Amino acid sequence: MAKIRGAVTVNTDRCKGCNLCVVACPTKVLLLQPKEVNNRGYHFAYMAEPEKCIGCASCALVCPDACIEVYKVKIEE
Amino acid sequence: MDVNDILKPENRVYKKPTLLNDNHMHYCPGCSHGVVHKLIAEILEEMHAEEIAIGIAPVGCAVFAYNYIDVDWIEAPHGRAPALATAAKRLQPDKLVFTYQGDGDMAAIGTAESLHAANRGENIAMIFINNAIYGMTGGQMAPTTLLGMKTSTTPYGRRVDLNGYPLAITNLMAQLDGTCYVTRQSVHTPAAVRKAKAAIRKAFENSLQGKGTSVVEIVSTCNSGWKMTPEQANKWMEENMFAKYPIGDLKNE
Ligand SMILES: Cc1ncc(C[n+]2csc(CCOP(=O)(O)OP(=O)(O)O)c2C)c(N)n1
Ligand code: SF4
Ligand code: SF4
Ligand code: SF4
Ligand SMILES: [Mg+2]
Repeated sequence: MAKIRGAVTVNTDRCKGCNLCVVACPTKVLLLQPKEVNNRGYHFAYMAEPEKCIGCASCALVCPDACIEVYKVKIEE
Repeated sequence: MDVNDILKPENRVYKKPTLLNDNHMHYCPGCSHGVVHKLIAEILEEMHAEEIAIGIAPVGCAVFAYNYIDVDWIEAPHGRAPALATAAKRLQPDKLVFTYQGDGDMAAIGTAESLHAANRGENIAMIFINNAIYGMTGGQMAPTTLLGMKTSTTPYGRRVDLNGYPLAITNLMAQLDGTCYVTRQSVHTPAAVRKAKAAIRKAFENSLQGKGTSVVEIVSTCNSGWKMTPEQANKWMEENMFAKYPIGDLKNE
C-alpha cells in the first residue's frame, strides 16, 4: 500500500505564535517553541513530531499569516 | 524517509500566495482578517485577476489591506466603501470590484451606503468581516454585538433596553432585489476555510459577469477585543455567534 508522508516549513519571521495551526493539525505534529522567540518576540510554530505529518495542509489553511508551506510525497511500499 | 527528502519543490502542495506580499501584517495573532486576506490573494491569483481587480479598503482594522494584497486599491472613508466601489465599477465595468468591510463599517456608519449599493444591484462583491465589535478602536459595541456580550462600552453585557437588538444586516441584504448571492461563512477550521474560499470566488465571478451584488459575510473573531486567546475565540464564536449568525447561503441565484 502507498503511504503518504508530509512535511511543513514555517516562516518563523512571519509567525505570530497564535497556536491555531497547532490546534488544527489532526496528527499533532506542531507545537510552539517553548523558549525560543522570533525577532518580534513570538514563540513560533515548529514540527515537534515530523514523522507524523501527512501533508494535509490543515495547518496552512487556518494560518492567518500564511507562514506555512506544505510538502507531500507518496511512498510506494 | 528524511524530512529533507520531502521538502523539495516538486513535492510542494501549498504555499503563501504571491499576491500576498512580504509585508508583516499588523493584525493581532490569530485574527480572522489575516485568513481572509490570504484567501482573497489566492483567489485573485487563481483567477488571473491581478491586473483587473480593484479592492476598496475600509476604515477599521483592515484599513491597511492595500499594504498586503498586491492589487489596485482605493481607501474609503469609514463606511463609504460601497459608494467608491459603485463609482469604480460603473466607470470601469470590466474590472473585478470588491469592498472589504468590518461590521462597524457595514452595519453602523455605512449602513446606508451598503444597503443602497446592494439594492441598486451594483456589480460588486462585498466581503463583510463580522467580528461583532469595533476592533480597531478598542473593542466598543457594534450593532452586531450579541446580547449579553461584554465590550468596552457594554462592560456588563449588551442589554436590549439600553442597546437594542443585534443587527443581522446580511439577512436584510438577502431580501433586496439587487443581490444575486448572499452567504455567511467562517474561517476557523480547515473545512470552513475551503468553503469560504469557494464563496468569495463565486462573488468575484459574479462581479465580472455583472450579475448584481454579492455579499460574503465571514463570521469572524476579534480575540483581542473579546479578550480571549485565538483558540478560545474560535470556540466562543462557534458556541455563541453561530446561533445569531448561522453559516450557509441566504440567497444563491
Ligand atoms: C467617520 C469616522 N467615524 C468614526 C471613526 C472611528 N472608527 C475607526 S474604526 C471604527 C470601527 C471599526 O469597526 P469595524 O468596522 O467592525 O472593523 P474591525 O476593526 O472590527 O475590523 C470606528 C468607529 C472613523 N475613523 N471615521
Ligand atoms: S500538513 Fe497536516 S499533518 Fe502536517 S503539520 Fe500540517 S496539519 Fe499537521
Ligand atoms: S497559525 Fe501561523 S501564525 Fe499561528 S502559530 Fe501557526 S504558523 Fe504561526
Ligand atoms: S483588534 Fe481584533 S479585529 Fe483588529 S487585528 Fe486585533 S484581533 Fe483582529
Ligand atoms: Mg468589527
